Amino acid sequence: MNTAMTLATTRRILNQLRHDPRTVAMLVLVPSVLMVLLRYVLNSPAAFNHTAPALLGIFPFTVMFLIASITTLRERTTTTLERLMTLPIHKLDLLAGYALAFGLLAIVQVAVATTIAATWLGLDIRGSVWMLLVIAVLDALLGVALGLFVSAFATTEFQAIQFMPVFVLPQLLLCGLFAARDSMGWVLHWLSNVMPLSYAVEALSRITGSSTMDATLWRDLLVVAGCALLALVLGAATLHRRTP
Amino acid sequence: MTNSAVTVDGLVVRRGGREVVHGVSFAVPRGRVTGLLGPSGCGKTTVMRSIVGVQVVAGGEVTVLGHAAGSPPLRSKIGYATQHPAIYADLTVTEALRYFAAILNAPKSDVDRVIGEVGLGDEAGSLVGNLSGGQLSRANLAVALLGTPELLVLDEPTVGLDPVLRDSLWVLFRDLAGKGTTLLVSSHVMDEAARCDELLLMRDGHLLAAATPTALRERTGAADLEQAFLHLIRDKEAAVS
Repeated sequence: MNTAMTLATTRRILNQLRHDPRTVAMLVLVPSVLMVLLRYVLNSPAAFNHTAPALLGIFPFTVMFLIASITTLRERTTTTLERLMTLPIHKLDLLAGYALAFGLLAIVQVAVATTIAATWLGLDIRGSVWMLLVIAVLDALLGVALGLFVSAFATTEFQAIQFMPVFVLPQLLLCGLFAARDSMGWVLHWLSNVMPLSYAVEALSRITGSSTMDATLWRDLLVVAGCALLALVLGAATLHRRTP
Repeated sequence: MTNSAVTVDGLVVRRGGREVVHGVSFAVPRGRVTGLLGPSGCGKTTVMRSIVGVQVVAGGEVTVLGHAAGSPPLRSKIGYATQHPAIYADLTVTEALRYFAAILNAPKSDVDRVIGEVGLGDEAGSLVGNLSGGQLSRANLAVALLGTPELLVLDEPTVGLDPVLRDSLWVLFRDLAGKGTTLLVSSHVMDEAARCDELLLMRDGHLLAAATPTALRERTGAADLEQAFLHLIRDKEAAVS
């Protein structure tokens, strides 16, 4: 690992985003706007308190998945990746640079959404707000890592967009947001057990529902972080210096 | 051969199930400008990709600066400019070059140096995506010049440039070769051949000839290199039939 190259990559990606203020504005504001919408659609503080914590993780996860897969795909198709592969940068340095840049963006995104939810929308957070931020940012990083990984299987941006319903929506359906995971049949329950978003949502519900950090919460955190790391390493394995 | 920067021996490349480079062998001497010439689609880019080590190769050996092509020690010694500009469109010229300089661990002053060398001083703060075609290909070339590489592999660096700019780039290439840099420059324009020290002529994935421009003219008895190239093709076709 070479920290200087990782940081240079992070700086480069943030510079690219700086030249695209509309994307940054949407990244920061859209999850917050959706939270406001959710609050008034549900029109009940209790229902909002039940649903909102999960969405604080799901929104950044989904958005970052899309952004990361499109950005990496663009890097592949514009041959800047090929140029980088002729240079002395390690593949993991490159991906870590990506993860760091989008992770920083996710912190801003989640901080704004959480602040609005907790103040204006009346979300009740019993546990530590900092821990909530950590979990939500981990969810975003999971989205980044998965997005980087699946972009290897897309050759066009149309395909990359289609991976969102393939990789994100099933996790959304099975994560416990629409139906309690315990109430699912064994096949669905097993599926929800192997999907990392289930653990992310469980962690978010626990941190907003209680002020104690129990073993389940730590396990959930480890699972999400572990899956993000695994997807990043798998993503590095899909980058090849030599191509046909 | 220690006086060769690159030796290619029996290179075979398959792309999309088809063999596109058929056992090509040649050497690129150090500190000289070698032109890789041939029509579009003849395999120039594939050969160059094999030399910089990004091409999956089906057979043969490629040795670059004493190492197998693509091996890690070479990654800071080769400057490679792809035919299609590989540079971030949503950064300014300076920002993009700063990034590649950081990856190469090149001195910070290199960014201004290469911008000057390719004559993009006025566009240093412009977004790469807003550059004209000629400016874009010069920005792409500038990346390859970062870190003062020992070997420059330039794929059609002068395409689309006006004659004055093209001339100034050839002055730069000669200057770099004078300082000991080895250059391998591809082109499909025969009038650039005369500016090279050595020529490699390719057609349909075969190497037709490797010679100096003078030797080539003498061998074929043709006055200009375009005619010499035609002569070689006809000789080859006559030999086959």
